[in-house]
Amino acid sequence: MSVDVLLIEDEPSIAEAVRFILTRDGWGCEQWPEGTGALERIRALAPRMLILDLMLPGRSGAEILADLRADPALAALPVLLLSARGTANLPPGADRVLPKPFANADLRAVVRELLEQA
Amino acid sequence: MTPESLVAASVAYVALMFLLAHAADRAAAAGRWRWMDRPVIYTLSLSVYCSAWTFYGAVGYASRSGLEFLTIYLGPGIVFSGAWWGLRRLVRVARMHRVTSIADLISSRFGKSAGLAALVTLIGVMAATPYIALQLQSVSMALSAFATPEHALPRNVSVWVALGLAAFAILFGTRNLAVDERHHGVVIAIAVEAVVKLAAFVAVGVFVIWGIADGPADVLARIDRMSVSAGGEGWPINPERWFTLILLSGAAVMVLPRMFHVLVVEASDEDRLRQAGWAFPAYLALMSFLVLPIAVVGADILPKGANPDLYVLDLPLSQGREALATLVFLGGFSSAMSMVVVSAIALSTMMANHWLVPLWLRLRQAALAGPARAPEDLGTLMLNARRLAILAIIGAGWLYHRMSGGTSALAAMGTVAFSGMAQVLPALVAGLLWRGATRRGAIAGVVGGTLIWTLLVFLPSLGLLAQPAMPAGIDPFAGAVLLALAVNLLLLVLISLMDFPEPAERLQSLSFVHAVAPDAAPGDGAPAVQPEALLTLAGRLWGNDHALETFRRAAESQGKGGYLPDLTPRFLADFERLLAGTVGAATAAALMTRVGGRGGVTVSDLMEVAGEASRAREDNRRLENTSAELARTAAMLRESNEKLTALSAQKDAFLGQISHELRTPMTSIRAFSEFLMEPDLPTEERARFAGIIHDEAGRMTRLLDDLLDLSVLEAGKARLKPGVFNLHDLIERALASAGAAASGRDFAIRRNIAAEHLPVITDQDRLLQVLINVITNARKYCSAEAPQIRIDCRRSPDGGTEIDIADNGPGISAGNQALIFEKFARLNDPARAGGAGLGLAICKEIMEFLGGSIAYLPGQGGACFRISLPPRPRAGRKMMKMRRVKPFGNLCMACCAKVVMDSRGL
Repeated sequence: MSVDVLLIEDEPSIAEAVRFILTRDGWGCEQWPEGTGALERIRALAPRMLILDLMLPGRSGAEILADLRADPALAALPVLLLSARGTANLPPGADRVLPKPFANADLRAVVRELLEQA
Repeated sequence: MTPESLVAASVAYVALMFLLAHAADRAAAAGRWRWMDRPVIYTLSLSVYCSAWTFYGAVGYASRSGLEFLTIYLGPGIVFSGAWWGLRRLVRVARMHRVTSIADLISSRFGKSAGLAALVTLIGVMAATPYIALQLQSVSMALSAFATPEHALPRNVSVWVALGLAAFAILFGTRNLAVDERHHGVVIAIAVEAVVKLAAFVAVGVFVIWGIADGPADVLARIDRMSVSAGGEGWPINPERWFTLILLSGAAVMVLPRMFHVLVVEASDEDRLRQAGWAFPAYLALMSFLVLPIAVVGADILPKGANPDLYVLDLPLSQGREALATLVFLGGFSSAMSMVVVSAIALSTMMANHWLVPLWLRLRQAALAGPARAPEDLGTLMLNARRLAILAIIGAGWLYHRMSGGTSALAAMGTVAFSGMAQVLPALVAGLLWRGATRRGAIAGVVGGTLIWTLLVFLPSLGLLAQPAMPAGIDPFAGAVLLALAVNLLLLVLISLMDFPEPAERLQSLSFVHAVAPDAAPGDGAPAVQPEALLTLAGRLWGNDHALETFRRAAESQGKGGYLPDLTPRFLADFERLLAGTVGAATAAALMTRVGGRGGVTVSDLMEVAGEASRAREDNRRLENTSAELARTAAMLRESNEKLTALSAQKDAFLGQISHELRTPMTSIRAFSEFLMEPDLPTEERARFAGIIHDEAGRMTRLLDDLLDLSVLEAGKARLKPGVFNLHDLIERALASAGAAASGRDFAIRRNIAAEHLPVITDQDRLLQVLINVITNARKYCSAEAPQIRIDCRRSPDGGTEIDIADNGPGISAGNQALIFEKFARLNDPARAGGAGLGLAICKEIMEFLGGSIAYLPGQGGACFRISLPPRPRAGRKMMKMRRVKPFGNLCMACCAKVVMDSRGL
């Protein structure tokens, strides 16, 4: 089964909730719990899209996003950013942003839109 | 009484004065001068005015010219009683500028002109020569009165008198280079001599009135007979002579070098003049009112052809009163001695400062710039110069005495001296009263007046020129003197009016005429001179100890240690004035210029002189104050702005943290509660999701509890509930609580139970909170294979308690050790502790609240925390911390608002 979504999120309960939502919609979903090694994981799995938390142990979501956009092979990968710090002062380069806490329906709609585009 | 025994008595008298002066000098050196520094001493020292001339010559004067002798007393009497405020001004200005002589004063006023100083010195020396001759002559004459065919006068007695006086002057006048040119020993000696001569003169007067004549009535009758016989119609009063003589004697009391010395240089302050204003005229009155009785009785009973100048002595001798005659001789000797000694000291200072040192400076310009080869050379040179000058002055007086043949009447010699020195008077008066008087004007006046005086008065008195021919009816002496003074004044005024004063003169004239302290306004820009060079110079002049002390005090007043003050304009001006006290203003200015290359007068000096200078300076100072005030305010504003900016950044970061910590559990709760609302959710999922929601809600509660706890602690609002507890019980409870909260790993707990039984006085709930937090952290973060926790307890040396809690995990890296007690400093770790990162921050606040501390102990293998408790809790310290505003309490409210707003997408 191909990986549709790679979720990079350190909070286990949030990760479980996201995985539950996406799996029920039929998307293949994998999770990675920290900033360190996230980029390698993306290259290895080659997901169709990325859900990225901002505050991560190791490297932050903003750093990972910057590396992603600087890499020609990954620059076009759709990215949904999850932010627990509101929507101000967000790093550039994300296709969509959802502030935490989010409504489950919003997450589903954004993921569908991004995957259909991809 | 033989002349030999009189000489012996004189020698004994001089020896007594030596001892007295020596004792006074020693007392002054030991700082015990104060009891001698009385107005009465000052007033008595002024009597140096009454030289041998007044002692012997006044009676002779009265015998020859009747009441005219009174003019000699009237002039000073008028000056002191009628114009003592003027003298006061003179003393104030002179002291302000640390003037050392009349020549120094005139030169200082006219732009510190070295030429003018040398010129006034020349006049002083010329005028003093006949005067000193007069003293030597009077002593010789007095000795000769005692001579009989069997006891002839020793040969060359005047030479020995001159040498003895020179020795006294050298010993006490040139002992050292005093900064203020005061000679305490000499002053005491002349004060005593003033009493001796007054006592002697009054004794003769009393003897004459009651011992020879039949009391005052008889004396008055004799005076009447004599005044009739003298001119047929009483003693004629020649108005121009009287005017001239009163003017001259009034001037003499200020400008004669010896008078200027006792009046100004030796004055400790200008208030001395308050008493001297009446006491000195009283002294003169006592000396004068007995003159006429002695004169008329002497003329009556002594043989025709007796020298009237010696009546004072001849009268007691003719009556066989040898003891009284000896007292009179000593009185006259006192008069001569004090006059010669003070004149020699004053004139030698002038000659050394204004002739010899400038000459030496000119010859050896390079010597001062180079390093001091012989450190003392300048000071020794100064003293030797003065010694030489004293010998020269007294030697010149002796020569004049020999040349004039010892025959002239005493009074004539005195008036020659007075009229010569009076040539300085116009420059002095104009210098103090008229700012327009210039240096060229002063020089022209003094030169013109002195030339006329030399031609018409001085040279004729030596017999080198014929008496000038005056228009009929005009007294030759009065005419010559008034002409010289008129020409002097006219030249001074005319040339000053045509002249434009130089900047340095303008500065000085401002200071002299308005009697304001000379301002510290030397050139702008850094002086080229080094403080070391000035110290060396001062050491050469004053001796190293005194120089070091002066510099140390100056440095101290600038708030510096050591001996090298900053060369501020103020210091340089003060230093130059101190220097002027030793070598005179002109020489001091020259020295400063040579040493420091501080030449000329600058633009700022000129500004100083301009009419509005002082007001402009005041305004400027106010402006400077205001702008300094503004600058301070601006700096304070900038500082508080920076503080606020930093606080604001802290607040933003803090709010972001709290927002994140609250949103994370909220996100889970929202997501899972939405699943729970779905009707077709399987039951087992439903139960698991509810559990997650429950846990996350608990996590939020803990976070909010922590936040509130921290805010209460930081605001200092926590209440201390102290009690006495057994530490062992507390550790037991803490381990139980932490164990219950921890995951199921088995930890080996290593303790020394016996050591734990320590009573502690503290707030048990708060200490428990700390212990639980630290133990829980150890359980959470210790990743060792066989995890263990070690707890050690002990009493600290101060009577407090120390609890070390360590694990055997990886510990905390050196870089992070400083961060762990900060709020939200949860170190990046994938294991997640489930807390918000406030635990150790709260522990730190609690321990401060309990008066103790918590610290990380590095190098213990694993993570190790030391909790220190004081012997008893010190809540007071925490209460004092209430004033320290921490942003936290208010932020808790703010962050709640932010969380709500963000979640609404606002």
